[in-house]
Amino acid sequence: MKKLLIYLKGYEKETVLAPLFKMLEAIFELFVPLVMAAVIDTGIGRGDRSYVVRMCLVLVALGVIGLVCSITAQFYAAKAATGFSAKLRRELFAHIQSLSYREMDAVGASTLITRMTSDVNQIQSGVNLVLRLFLRSPFIVFGAMVMAFTVDVKAALIFVVTIPLLSIVVFGLMLYTMPLYRRVQGALDKILSITRENLNGVRVLRAFHKEEEEEAAFRESNEALTILQKFVGRISGLMNPVTYVIVNGAVTALIYTGALQVSAGILTQGEVVALVNYMSQILVELVKLANLIITVTKAVACGNRVQSIFEIQTTLANGPDIRKGSSAGVEFSQVGMTYEDGASEALSDITFTAKPGDTIGIIGGTGSGKTTLVNLIPRFYEATRGKILVDGVDVKEYSLQTLRKKIGIVPQKAVLFAGTIADNLRWGKEDAREEELWQALAVAQAEDFVRQKEKGLDSSVAQGGRNFSGGQRQRLTIARALVGNPEILILDDSASALDFATDARLRQALRKLPDKPIVFIVSQRTSSIMHADTILVLEDGQTAGMGSHEELLENCQVYQEIYQSQFRKEEA
Amino acid sequence: MVKKADSRQKATLRKVLRYIRRYWLYLSLSIVLAAVTVAATLYIPLLTGQAIDFIIGKDAVNFVGVFGILKKMAVVIALTALAQWVMNTCNNKMTFQIVRDIRDEAFAHIQKLPLKYMDSHPSGEIVSRVIADADQFADGLLMGFTQFFIGVITILGTLGFMLSVNAGITLVVLLVTPVSLIVAAFIARKTFHMFKLQSETRGEQTALIEEMVGGQKVVQAFCHERQAQEKFDEINERLKDCSLKAVFFSSLTNPSTRFVNSLVYTGVGVTGALAAIGGRLSVGQLSAFLSYANQYTKPFNEISGVVTELQNAIACAGRLFELIEEEPQTPEPEDAAVLKDVEGQVEISHVNFSYDPGQKLLEDVDLSVRPGWRVAIVGPTGCGKTTVINLLMRFYDVAGGSISIDGKDIRQVTRRSLRESFGMVLQETWLKSGTIRENIVMGKPDATDAEVEAAARACHAHSFIRRLPEGYDTVITEDGGSLSQGQKQLLCITRVMLCHPPMLILDEATSSIDTRTELKIQNAFAQLMKGRTSFIVAHRLSTIREADIILVMRDGHIIEQGNHEELLQRKGFYADLYQSQFAH
Repeated sequence: MKKLLIYLKGYEKETVLAPLFKMLEAIFELFVPLVMAAVIDTGIGRGDRSYVVRMCLVLVALGVIGLVCSITAQFYAAKAATGFSAKLRRELFAHIQSLSYREMDAVGASTLITRMTSDVNQIQSGVNLVLRLFLRSPFIVFGAMVMAFTVDVKAALIFVVTIPLLSIVVFGLMLYTMPLYRRVQGALDKILSITRENLNGVRVLRAFHKEEEEEAAFRESNEALTILQKFVGRISGLMNPVTYVIVNGAVTALIYTGALQVSAGILTQGEVVALVNYMSQILVELVKLANLIITVTKAVACGNRVQSIFEIQTTLANGPDIRKGSSAGVEFSQVGMTYEDGASEALSDITFTAKPGDTIGIIGGTGSGKTTLVNLIPRFYEATRGKILVDGVDVKEYSLQTLRKKIGIVPQKAVLFAGTIADNLRWGKEDAREEELWQALAVAQAEDFVRQKEKGLDSSVAQGGRNFSGGQRQRLTIARALVGNPEILILDDSASALDFATDARLRQALRKLPDKPIVFIVSQRTSSIMHADTILVLEDGQTAGMGSHEELLENCQVYQEIYQSQFRKEEA
Repeated sequence: MVKKADSRQKATLRKVLRYIRRYWLYLSLSIVLAAVTVAATLYIPLLTGQAIDFIIGKDAVNFVGVFGILKKMAVVIALTALAQWVMNTCNNKMTFQIVRDIRDEAFAHIQKLPLKYMDSHPSGEIVSRVIADADQFADGLLMGFTQFFIGVITILGTLGFMLSVNAGITLVVLLVTPVSLIVAAFIARKTFHMFKLQSETRGEQTALIEEMVGGQKVVQAFCHERQAQEKFDEINERLKDCSLKAVFFSSLTNPSTRFVNSLVYTGVGVTGALAAIGGRLSVGQLSAFLSYANQYTKPFNEISGVVTELQNAIACAGRLFELIEEEPQTPEPEDAAVLKDVEGQVEISHVNFSYDPGQKLLEDVDLSVRPGWRVAIVGPTGCGKTTVINLLMRFYDVAGGSISIDGKDIRQVTRRSLRESFGMVLQETWLKSGTIRENIVMGKPDATDAEVEAAARACHAHSFIRRLPEGYDTVITEDGGSLSQGQKQLLCITRVMLCHPPMLILDEATSSIDTRTELKIQNAFAQLMKGRTSFIVAHRLSTIREADIILVMRDGHIIEQGNHEELLQRKGFYADLYQSQFAH
């Protein structure tokens, strides 16, 4: 949490002025009991009406000054807090953008989203409160003590005993309950995950008629949460009664001491009233503090969660980007790759060359490393062994920007973004002209349905592309990859949502492209890759065979099996 | 409009009261204790005042009187603290139990909701009702219980005490306090639209974050980071400005009302002191009055805060009740039969169905499936293939016509026995968080280890499960964690394999498994499907070639029906689809 405070930079003035004005306000508030004491001793004591009225005008003046100070403080606090959180969000967003696939896999998108939204909001209210109150409250408490000393040293000693006692109670309870609140949060997470799981798996759960069991599991976790909440509630419910007892105990002590001092002629009646008033001010302040502690506790917890995101460093270093590549294609030599949590290599000893214009088919069983292989080319993941050359230059020597601009990629999962079709297509090339977009759509077999849309390229796309069918989404993502005229095109099982006819037409159109890119096609269908120049057959991360369709049918047993499983009758 | 919202709020409030009523004992105890607390709290300044009146000056202190009062004070303080704590505990208990009850009920209700509700509401939204809304409601309710009663009783009590001491000064207090309320209301009205703007901008930003962070891999693939950041910064700047306004203006309430309070205090001071000079008030009474003036105005500030909080809580409760009152699925008839020893004769006759009344999907679909048949459903995406499955499992009810199994209309049998008759593997794999074993035995909780292993072996899942760190006891998360899509699919198949259901539904069950593994699974399934009626939805023609009957669907209609050879000879849509596999 502490490290996050650097984002207050640029708001130093506000950060200092807000508590300062708050303290000024508190000082004026502390004068009030003294003035009242003067009213009692001088005004009432001497029966001086005009003195009473004058002193009351002083009270009003103190109120006005307090109001002005307080508003100034609120303004600076609000400015610092909102500015701080805006900066924090910005940096966090930028930081998340810089994380590589490896880190994203480890953290998960949904966590990142809550950290950026609700956690940052909590921190903002925390900062705002701290600036306004956490200096003011101790200040009032200690200020009241100092004022008591100016009245009478002996009576003030009661304050000296009371205040540490109160601090112990307040901070002790806070320290004790903080981990408990974390546990409550954990229990809440539990019932949240049960509910989410129940909704996501509703078909399966109902197919296996698990409704009653699910209900029982929910009830149990919900009860556990309730018990925990009640326990924490009982503990933190102690705060008010205990502080009440201490403060009022101190008041009785004050009256007793006051009685002795007045009798001895050291104190006046009005001064005793002032002392009692100071004690009451402490109580009022403590009640406020107790109510706000939860907010601050939450803010600190959220701050730590956000900080933990900042601590994730990207494992990808940008290359120097000095060497210009020649047009020499893609080359893998002895490439190996191990995932973060993987014990063994997901890919090992992959060696092959793709010349400009080549089509490379990659086929293999589930989990054989097909996607991993193509993800290494744009450096979504880093190869742990061996070398990958694009246009004759090691991928690590490119800046990510330069490297990825060369590559058009169509991921397995077709993701579109809110906006128009044109907006989405221009991701590949910001200044693409409309004809370029139409060309890309034509190759991707998406022209027809886009033309049919009333607004054509300007038809809107809902978040994630929900308003398009799976096949349409996939074709749009293919078009998006084509718009930038990439040197390398990666289709990662991209035709899986397309029917066979469309898939075939797509491959044909790709073959006819004027500046035909190097195309990598990852697929499980032999029909999608059988016409590739080179087919790479993967099994358990190893190359099980490489060559043309005919060659592989001759000499690769794995390929034969795959092929026959799909074509067995016709072959015979 | 306002009236309607108002009456809805009232209706919600009535429902909340229904839940509170169960805990009426705690509630009444809490109110009594609140009254005790307030009375005792108010009594203390009075006692303090009396004590001060015994302390007049040098050698003019009535020590006996002071001691008497101090003893009284000690008792009152102890009593107050005790009452406060018990009251807090009561409120806690009440609040959390009420929320627990509502949550339980909401979750139980979800189990009875028709699938239609789940399909048309994003799960995040339902989750946020059960979790976040319930939590907000709890916060509001707790705050309401603890502060609202106390606040109201304090105001009334203070007024009473003040009146008992001096009516004139009380009048001063009464005249000034409304100003504080007016100021608070004025600020609240002014800030309302600022808050609205803030939450709208916030929503806009959250949507962008969700999109960009959720689709980060694509963002990076297209080097779209800079554009994303620019868009983010633009919204972020706007958010900063409007939240500064909202935060600042709303925070004016406190200083302003405090200022009014200090006016009240001064007013009491002046009139009190003048009255004291006139001999109508003692110094002790004045001191009591001053602390009342403080106590009296405080609840006003708090109550205005509590009212906003309560409104929020009631809005949240409203959303929860909306969920709870959502119409459940059609209940089973009293005399619903239990499907037993299913043969697998399935009759679909004249079935009409649509998800959206304006858009017809299935129209007059007829199909007669004899026991043991393998039915393959093929066609382009969105043609209604999965709908057939939704209807067979009665996730949705037909709009017209009927579906019967072994001659019994599925609406006349228990859902449980119907669903038990089918083994279902869906395109979207879903695993429960828990161990691998727990996931496999979902349909047969009493299966022995040997049975589990046999099923896993038959589905070619045993070997990869064994390689996991803890074997069958490996804990997986909801989305399967590090398991590959294919491995998850294998687990889902094993789950069904274990149950030996009389009929099968396979929805693109093998789409993410490579064809070699698929071939192995096919063999296992062939074994399983022997003598069992099965419905298979798949894109892959190789997997359905051996079906007894193939339904070719397009735009919600079955346009062709027959086996592979017949359909090829017909040279229709199916033949086209099939030939395209070999297109160059």
